[in-house]
Amino acid sequence: MTIYLFYFLSFLAILCGLMVVLEKNPVHSVLYLIITFFAIAGHYILLNAQFLAVVHVIVYAGAIMVLFLFVIMLLNLNKETEPHKTNLVKFAAVISAGLLLVVLVAALRGTESLPSPSTINADMGLVKNLGKVLFNQFLLPFETASLLFLAAMVGAVMLGKRDIK
Amino acid sequence: MNTIQSIHINHYILLSAVLFCIGVMGVLFRRNAIIIFMSVELMLNAVNLLLVAFSSYWNDPAGQVFVFFVMVVAAAEVAVGLAILVMIYRNTGSTDIDVLNKLKN
Repeated sequence: MTIYLFYFLSFLAILCGLMVVLEKNPVHSVLYLIITFFAIAGHYILLNAQFLAVVHVIVYAGAIMVLFLFVIMLLNLNKETEPHKTNLVKFAAVISAGLLLVVLVAALRGTESLPSPSTINADMGLVKNLGKVLFNQFLLPFETASLLFLAAMVGAVMLGKRDIK
Repeated sequence: MNTIQSIHINHYILLSAVLFCIGVMGVLFRRNAIIIFMSVELMLNAVNLLLVAFSSYWNDPAGQVFVFFVMVVAAAEVAVGLAILVMIYRNTGSTDIDVLNKLKN
């Protein structure tokens, strides 16, 4: 059962990821990317990372993609104003991405001999366990992240202002 | 659900590699800067997926905390990046990256 679910979610993620790149209309690209993110959230649930699945849906599908949609609608981008590369550059892009895939797959070829894990902790991805790790082992990076957000917020406001004195 | 026991880690590596390469293709393929940003998000998500898979595999929560931090950085990056894009649009009237090939003028 979970194997079929895995293949279905993988197929959905790859198909919608391709559609993000190939779709002409930017708004449709955003919608396909949201489907991809939901498929990845499904993968997280299959991998016993429940907290991350919820955070992923909230942060990516809820916040980041809404920001993208807002900007696309603010700038009034649509199919007619969409710039396109020449066919030669598109062909080169597909070839180089395919070559990168070949190199990656070839470099990671030995992994099929890795043994299956013997012990599984199904509760690892819950808030209780992740919170303990986050606030003990990773407390300093967590606090630094707040500083990063403050800097990002100040930067975004500064950039968004119309005339800076 | 013990997916990591029934599905080999190799499958997750392959899936992440494919998603990452789709992101790379998007960056090279498109001229609209917003789509390029979305492709970068796709690449970040491919890496996140592999981190979670290996965190499950080795039974180590540090991988999932790392994914959490990647999400934090991605959110900050998108906020600043889209602000820059809006400013570029205000100055040049488009989000075409081929218009931005010179820093002067």
